[in-house]
Amino acid sequence: MSDDTVTITVDGRTLPAKKGQMLIEVTDAAGINVPRFCYHKKLSVAANCRMCLVEVEKAPKPLPACATPIMPDMVVHTQSTLAREAQQGTMEFLLINHPLDCPICDQGGICELQDVAMGYGQSASQYTEGKRVVFDKYIGPLIATEMTRCIHCTRCVRFGEEIAGIRELGATGRGENVRIGTYIEKSVVSEVSGNVIDICPVGALTARPSRYSARAWELRQLPSVAPHDSVGSNISVFVDGDTVNQVVPRENESVNEVWISDRDRFSYQGLKHAERLTAPLVREGDKLVPTDWSSALARAAALLSSAPGKEQELATLASPSSSLEELYLAQKLTRGLGSANIDHRLGQSDFSHPDADPVMPWLGMQLNDLETLNAALLVGSNIRKDQPIAALRLRKSALAGAAISLINPKRVPLHFEAAEEITVRHDRMVEQLHAVAVAAGADLSALDNAPNAEVSVQHRRIAENLKNGERAAVMVGNLAAAHPARSTLLYLARQLSRATDATLCLLPERANTAGAWLAGAVPHRGPGGASVDTSGMDAAAAFAGNAKRLLLLNVEPDFDAANPAAAADSLRGAEGVVVLSAYLSPTLAESAHVVLPLAAFTESFGTWVNAAGQWQSAKGVVAPPGEARPGWKVFRVLAEALGLDGFGFDSPEAVTRELQQACTSIELNNLVDSSARHDFGGASGSDWLRSGETPIYRTDPVVRRSMPLQKATDGKQAFASVNTSGLAALGVAEGEALTIEQGGRSCVLPAKLDDSLPDGCLWVPAGLHATATLGEVFGEVSAKAGGELPGEPATTSVPHVATEAV
Amino acid sequence: MSAAPSDVTLPNPADVLNEHSMHEIDEWMTRYPDDQKQSAVLAALSIAQHQNQGWLSTELMDAVAAKLEMAPIAVYEVASFYSMFETEPVGRHNVAICTNISCMLMGSDTIVEHCEKKFGIKLGESTPDGRIFLKVEEECLAACAGGPMMQVNHVYHTDLTPERVDEILDALD
Repeated sequence: MSDDTVTITVDGRTLPAKKGQMLIEVTDAAGINVPRFCYHKKLSVAANCRMCLVEVEKAPKPLPACATPIMPDMVVHTQSTLAREAQQGTMEFLLINHPLDCPICDQGGICELQDVAMGYGQSASQYTEGKRVVFDKYIGPLIATEMTRCIHCTRCVRFGEEIAGIRELGATGRGENVRIGTYIEKSVVSEVSGNVIDICPVGALTARPSRYSARAWELRQLPSVAPHDSVGSNISVFVDGDTVNQVVPRENESVNEVWISDRDRFSYQGLKHAERLTAPLVREGDKLVPTDWSSALARAAALLSSAPGKEQELATLASPSSSLEELYLAQKLTRGLGSANIDHRLGQSDFSHPDADPVMPWLGMQLNDLETLNAALLVGSNIRKDQPIAALRLRKSALAGAAISLINPKRVPLHFEAAEEITVRHDRMVEQLHAVAVAAGADLSALDNAPNAEVSVQHRRIAENLKNGERAAVMVGNLAAAHPARSTLLYLARQLSRATDATLCLLPERANTAGAWLAGAVPHRGPGGASVDTSGMDAAAAFAGNAKRLLLLNVEPDFDAANPAAAADSLRGAEGVVVLSAYLSPTLAESAHVVLPLAAFTESFGTWVNAAGQWQSAKGVVAPPGEARPGWKVFRVLAEALGLDGFGFDSPEAVTRELQQACTSIELNNLVDSSARHDFGGASGSDWLRSGETPIYRTDPVVRRSMPLQKATDGKQAFASVNTSGLAALGVAEGEALTIEQGGRSCVLPAKLDDSLPDGCLWVPAGLHATATLGEVFGEVSAKAGGELPGEPATTSVPHVATEAV
Repeated sequence: MSAAPSDVTLPNPADVLNEHSMHEIDEWMTRYPDDQKQSAVLAALSIAQHQNQGWLSTELMDAVAAKLEMAPIAVYEVASFYSMFETEPVGRHNVAICTNISCMLMGSDTIVEHCEKKFGIKLGESTPDGRIFLKVEEECLAACAGGPMMQVNHVYHTDLTPERVDEILDALD
């Protein structure tokens, strides 16, 4: 027994405990139930609800178990008369102002107050005075408030301050007039705000989208995995018949702890969107008409099979949000048809030096290792919006004193104090990372045309921090992956990691980016990273009109392609476009020849590989709508129609197993040795360059159609942002129309002031309806004041689709 | 960390707080370490309230939050907690009648009743012409020897009678 272990006695049982632990932690570990409201294992101790009072021998009065440190040989009674009476007294006070509206409360049945009141409450109240009433303020489309029910435990306030890093809720007023809220009417902006719904022990904070739609006891709770970012948060899905009613976190310390992002929580609202496909469609003239599966499959097979010698005209593009099984079968089918053209890197524009890519880009560590870093450099990463739950872990490092620095094309919103922030226009990111690498003394012998680096104190400090940090990381994020100089940035990051003995973390951009590499959904590697005889064309080449026939798996070119304008053109010019998707986006409605409706997440089995390399599978928990079918089954029948062998899987798990066979000997390693030479490039001479990202709620088809997310603050991103001097140079005021022109195409967006942007940067996000007409997200652009602002995008009707069945 | 996150837009303090207020707050901030700027929040709110005819608008509180690098909600919490801060517009003369034990024994109830009748408003309300604000239930102002007492615009008046109250309040503009 080590020095810091002591024993205590609780209710006659002898329990081991560590010095410094609070009593409630010991009773919880031993399964002894002590009622509580304000205590939460992931939050600081507030001890303000007084529900966990217990009797401690030799103490003159009952003590709160959550705030009583362990003392050697202490004797505790949780059920004694003194303890019970204290708990019952507290319960009576808590119920004084709590309304008796349980029958219409969404929390009813899953309410901590209800549960504890059953055990400790009286059947009648002695209180005859009027109850307190609180008028609610609207705090956004995600969280419904009913603050009359609030018992002031302050869990939500502490969550904001301690976990989310944004204090948005607070306790205003005093005494009888204390109320929890935002004080002013405002939408909360945190990307993890929904967690307050779970930690609220009463019905004061509930999920707005599912409000009044079901009773907790009518729902089935089933496990799943959230497929929206490379954390792969574990979720529980509450199902009402064939409808997903709610999504809540499922505890997994090694992945998401007990939290999920709002994107993971509310994405399910997109499952029943009007653009959802419920029947196979085939093109007849300028319309897509519904048909049966066998005719649609026959049409698809005819379009995909080709005359000998024409195999390379076929390209398959797959969304990196697809399941591992779909990705694996997509590449197997494509390669089976003799084509090497398969890719999932839809948002990437720099495909040079494919050999320098690791077998699977990954975090280089486990997710919980992000909590204990001493230093990190984020290169091109908006980690808070792109991998929100990983960002919460990184924040813990920062709070513990880690020096976290960033090199970014904009100053991204952070929930921690950055050590150094370098914000330059995207064309100067290579130059800045180069200066840090030079300061660290990195071996840059494979870099051509590099000028003498102008190493500043800031560059030196970043390099020093990485060198001195016992656990340091160079992290490459989504913005770097979409960057036109991606491979040079990666090379510099790699060499910097080597020079500073830091871990190289490649944050996979989407839910299954890592899985897509393993599945062989890249043109130059087979499943498990196996080498291939012939390398095919990459996503950009396929979308540049080089592919005559395309198979699209869950791809929405308008929103996913690095260059949506070019992608739309290539589809219009293609001879055959076969779409496998859960939704029909406008461009696909215009150009697809066959559309096969797929099951979405929660509707079929799927495996996702997260940033830490964990394979996580989830079963379907509801039936897909109409004629929609799971992807693996569609590939199986499609392969049959094409006469391909090796697709006779009897279950999706059989597909997973086949891929696992190919992945048994993989060693994950981001530090690839490559003989490739990299060009330094140089800053652009243009006055204006477009930069942008795919905003948090535009990353995949389901999320794009979740209306509550679209209405949230982060969902409103259709702006052209420039800094103060930019507004002056363009001669526009905030909110006025700005016409953006790129490669002969244009769109009109309201101008927005954003002083987190460097000079000469026009921030125009990708993935939006409004910007689908533009080209590369990082590139040359011109802008001028004026133009007519478009109205709200049409989201409920899809043109080019005949509504009546044939 | 309680500082405002970078995705919350706060006003530039100098656009909202006047030069005098900025100067005063700067002076208060020198009294605390750089990483504990929020210690100056009570002083800063008093200064801001003084600039604005006795009440704190959300904009002013946001400016204080920006100035002291606090989350705006943390400033709202302080402002709504203390009874010397008003978060709604009030009359320009702040009349605070002590109703604590010593003054009560000396007849502060009569003074309150007189004032309420005189202006036709209750404690906590302002006259429609925006002249007088009767502060709600003032706590002990430590002038017990001179009870009943009141504070008018930060000036103490002791040994009150209804006549004396009339004299003082009628002399206000």
